[in-house]
Amino acid sequence: MTETESQEQAAGLTQEGRFYSADRLHAMHDMMLFIRRFEEKAGQMYGLKKIGGFCHLCNGQEAVCVGIEEASDSNDYMTTSYRDHGHVLARGTAATSVMAELLGRAGGVVGGKGGSMHMFNVEKNFAGGNGIVGEQVPIGIGFGFASQYRDDKRVSITIMGDGGVNQGAVYESFNMAALWKLPVVFVIENNQYAMGTSLSRASAETHLYKRGISFKVPGIQVDGMDVLEVERKMSEAIEHARSGKGPMIVEMMTYRYRGHSMSDPATYRTRDEVNEWRSGRDPIVRLQKQMIEAGLASEAEFKQKDKDIKKDVAAAAKAAEAQPEPDLSALWDDVLTDEIPNAYPYPRQVG
Amino acid sequence: MAKITYREALNQAMCNEMERDDRVFLMGEEVADYNGAYKVSQGMLDKFGPKRVIDTPITELGFAGLGVGAAMAGLRPIIEFMTWNFAILAADQIVNAAAKMRYMTGGQYHCPMVFRGAGGAAARVSSQHSQSFENWYANIPGLKVVMPSNPADAKGLLTASIRDNDTVIFIENEINYGDISEVPEGDYIIPLGKADIKRVGTDITIVAHSRMTGYALAAAKELAKQGIEAEVVDPRTIRPLDEATILASVAKTNRALVVEEGWRFAGIGAEISARIMEKGFDDLDAPVTRVTGKDVPMPYAANLEKHALPSVAEIVEAARVTCNRA
Ligand SMILES: Cc1ncc(C[n+]2csc(CCOP(=O)(O)OP(=O)(O)O)c2C)c(N)n1
Ligand SMILES: [Mg+2]
Repeated sequence: MTETESQEQAAGLTQEGRFYSADRLHAMHDMMLFIRRFEEKAGQMYGLKKIGGFCHLCNGQEAVCVGIEEASDSNDYMTTSYRDHGHVLARGTAATSVMAELLGRAGGVVGGKGGSMHMFNVEKNFAGGNGIVGEQVPIGIGFGFASQYRDDKRVSITIMGDGGVNQGAVYESFNMAALWKLPVVFVIENNQYAMGTSLSRASAETHLYKRGISFKVPGIQVDGMDVLEVERKMSEAIEHARSGKGPMIVEMMTYRYRGHSMSDPATYRTRDEVNEWRSGRDPIVRLQKQMIEAGLASEAEFKQKDKDIKKDVAAAAKAAEAQPEPDLSALWDDVLTDEIPNAYPYPRQVG
Repeated sequence: MAKITYREALNQAMCNEMERDDRVFLMGEEVADYNGAYKVSQGMLDKFGPKRVIDTPITELGFAGLGVGAAMAGLRPIIEFMTWNFAILAADQIVNAAAKMRYMTGGQYHCPMVFRGAGGAAARVSSQHSQSFENWYANIPGLKVVMPSNPADAKGLLTASIRDNDTVIFIENEINYGDISEVPEGDYIIPLGKADIKRVGTDITIVAHSRMTGYALAAAKELAKQGIEAEVVDPRTIRPLDEATILASVAKTNRALVVEEGWRFAGIGAEISARIMEKGFDDLDAPVTRVTGKDVPMPYAANLEKHALPSVAEIVEAARVTCNRA
């Protein structure tokens, strides 16, 4: 090994005893920035009425998406809510197919049938994309059960919101997961609001990481605006679950910059509050600063990177828009695995 | 008469009943501070305060059950589901508790309450947020199912539902919330179980509820151009069903077409066409036909969604077939 090579290998930064190589930091940064620009593009496309229905953006929460992905194995299962663009991208899904899904195109990640709320990608072990608040939580422990059943050491990362955490099925799931020591990490994306309802207006116990106490599910709180902290704490939780110790709760303190969905003007938050998070705690700016301070990148480099990413996002959007809508025959596909002859009065017919 | 929206009509009914009866309260997600996810409860928190207009956590099963208990204890809850898709989580309380309470307790307890919210297909929200469930609830003895198709009916029927002594499943339509038409001011009540003839005709009876009533009326206009005069009957209350009005219409027109947005299998059209067959067979000159949503979950893509839903053109075509004019 030459002198320069070993120096390059050592380039990086250490936080809380954990070393992050420059390459890895760049990758994390680029993915967060990509998600940010992708969501901005999605917002624009919605404004142009090219995307319809409900569209929930995750600007501000990028560190959660990327930190979890960095900590997990590609074999690990993941399931989440309708606020799913960032997660499905971080898992490695092609941006064109995510954008095509938003546009309702044939090449969408689920063929145009799901739209914004229902991103699924079985190849990446990403089980959506669930539109009913809390519904993914029991499903998530089901993946954990399957892993334990086959003893293949896969962890199920089960993500919910601060509003979703109040659903009864969440507690049924905590109990079963702890009782059977299922390899599950429950991630609570605490972005402080469930639609227009702030955390304290919906929850008696606002320290959500404590919600597992009576089920003996340990919990930790994490700064969800710090991708490195997310990566570290998620690594610990995943290791805990993988090693057979049972489930853990990780509460991510984060913030969504936009309204709940595209139709929400978010007048229930003060401008000051939003600014405090946006300019004071932004996860992308924070990592950029850390990297510049550690001499791993320059401001100019990040500026160029942003230009490149914006171009990539625009190219993905263009490619998605060029795709055709699904074929009309797709309407009848995938209702069941085996079609039952004569099960329906007029199969494949109009009227 | 003032012209107001469907959502304002619902709002008026709730406000009037809350002024009239202090046992009535409104509870649900985002109903208070946010003035309702679809702004149906606009201004109600200001008017009635947080004791009677109550935001809940996202816990449908829990607050539906709370409503059942409060009704058993003598209050008159209005429980709002943001949409009926989410009421599935509360199905146990609706079906096993509210619907059964009077019978199962030999009349000791009953549940005078309204479960209400947006139902039917919304625009471009895919499989989990675009569904019709009236047939589920209409199947259950002990429940009443009400579905207004215009602002005046929305006000009159919601007033009757709140005053009703049993549990009412009140299914609004998200796409209709902005519709505007004349609505009587002040106290306005439409008794439950009464259908309404929305258009008089002689050649065919089209039975359609909720958003499909508007589609049926549009189809009737087109049919008139083709020389077919359709009578459009809106049941308004799915259960108890006003079969007398439907049968009288069929006795006059001798032909019937039932339209619904939901799925065909065991749908409302199946029930209505069976009743016409059972009690109006001799009046029929042709088999009863149905136009329904396609038997698939709702897709997101614009072109697929359009084909999954019933259309005015399909209603026109089915009416022509039923009238032997295709
Ligand atoms: C069972 C159910 N009830 C209500 C809704 C409507 N709804 C969609 S998202 C949402 C708020 C959820 O907030 P939170 O869990 O904090 O997640 P976030 O949107 O902040 O990511 C509500 C009430 C739903 N989709 N499902
Ligand atoms: Mg939230």
